[in-house]
Amino acid sequence: MGLLSKKDVKLITDPLADNNPITIQVLGICSALAITAELKASLVMGIAVLFVLGIGNVVISLMRNIIPSKIRIIVQLIVVAALVIIVDQVLKAFAYELSKTLSVFVGLIITNCIIMGRFEAFALGNGPWKSFLDGIGNAAGYAVILLIVGFFRELLGSGTLFGIPVLGDPIEKTGVYSIGYENNGFMLMPPMALIVVGLIIWVQRSRNKALIED
Amino acid sequence: MAVNTDKNSYTIIFAVAMVLVVGSLLAFTASSLRPNIDENKRMEKQQNILYAMGVNGNEGVGDITFVGTDIVADEFSKYIKKQLVIENGVAKEDDKAYLIDIKKEQAKAKNGGTRRLPLFVGEKDGETFYIAPIRGKGLWDAIWGYVALDKDMVVKGTFFDHAGETPGLGANIKQRYFMDDFYGERILTEAGVFKGITVAKGNADPKNEVKDDHEVDALAGATITGDGVSAMIKKDLKLYLPYFKTLK
Repeated sequence: MGLLSKKDVKLITDPLADNNPITIQVLGICSALAITAELKASLVMGIAVLFVLGIGNVVISLMRNIIPSKIRIIVQLIVVAALVIIVDQVLKAFAYELSKTLSVFVGLIITNCIIMGRFEAFALGNGPWKSFLDGIGNAAGYAVILLIVGFFRELLGSGTLFGIPVLGDPIEKTGVYSIGYENNGFMLMPPMALIVVGLIIWVQRSRNKALIED
Repeated sequence: MAVNTDKNSYTIIFAVAMVLVVGSLLAFTASSLRPNIDENKRMEKQQNILYAMGVNGNEGVGDITFVGTDIVADEFSKYIKKQLVIENGVAKEDDKAYLIDIKKEQAKAKNGGTRRLPLFVGEKDGETFYIAPIRGKGLWDAIWGYVALDKDMVVKGTFFDHAGETPGLGANIKQRYFMDDFYGERILTEAGVFKGITVAKGNADPKNEVKDDHEVDALAGATITGDGVSAMIKKDLKLYLPYFKTLK
């Protein structure tokens, strides 16, 4: 038997599409709205959540038999918070530039409902290896949506991708701007992230009717 | 399971143990990494000050590259000729001036104390720069920066940074296109009256070719951060006005 059984592979691939944390479980919407105005921020946030959710799920899974059920939410919160703070401190000491890029995300990771959601729904009832895969899968599913939203918002809002101008210069009027195209400043506002997420949900459910609830 | 995890006594013991373990883990991490973090912050300050006066590794459009951390201490002592601390209108030399915490000084002034104002005098290619640190509030958290001026208080370079402005919106104050707009802008009017620089919406000068309008183009979706930048320039640079008058 290989490293990953069929079930294991499903743990990773399911959250990418048919059980996506954002579009199907509707978790983690707040951070998806807040930071997707540019693609780079989406990518950094995706990687940060991948890291925290992967490790956090394993820690919770290892502790699952000794956590008192009455205070399990608080315990989960402490685990995420401690994990995030330690990562932040280590980055500040050894990768200062990177920690500056991450600064604003640290708080957002702790409050991300996907993390608490997976701890509660999966890690408390499954072994460490499965929990790790579930964490990676869900974080990847989250990252995919962030990247799609970030792509459209940055392209249509600023005319750039990863900060590189792809549509020409809006002030010098080169590229598509020479024929009267304008950046849509509204795309940079959080409400447009909600609309883009809505469009993704629409496309996804019209392709897979099984996802439609009554 | 052997242990009954539902018992109150177990819950309390677990909570206490958890707090002790996590607390000491965090305290240990923080205190053992403290020297590294402080050193990084010190080098960052030097890099920022040098950046404002044009000593950086910038290449091409939009690139922001500081002098490397391996050479920053040497470069700092090479280009920064004098570090001044202005207190009650008297300027004194102090080679630790760059370590002054602007946040603490602002708090001191608020509580009725005297604020110490650090000013760095740099020289590059025969030009003299006066670099002043400024600090204010953005939308979510603190914003700060360094403004390099000549003796007539014309801006020769800026560097802005922030603690937690929204990525893609307010966080863009640390983009080249925003910082570079300030170059050549005047803080004083023709008559020598302090006016500052306003981050203005709809100033009809997006290329920022007019340099004596005391305005730079604002960032879309970042009104409050932009207002914060205008405010910290006006408030903090004004304190240096008496010193600049002595240079004439």
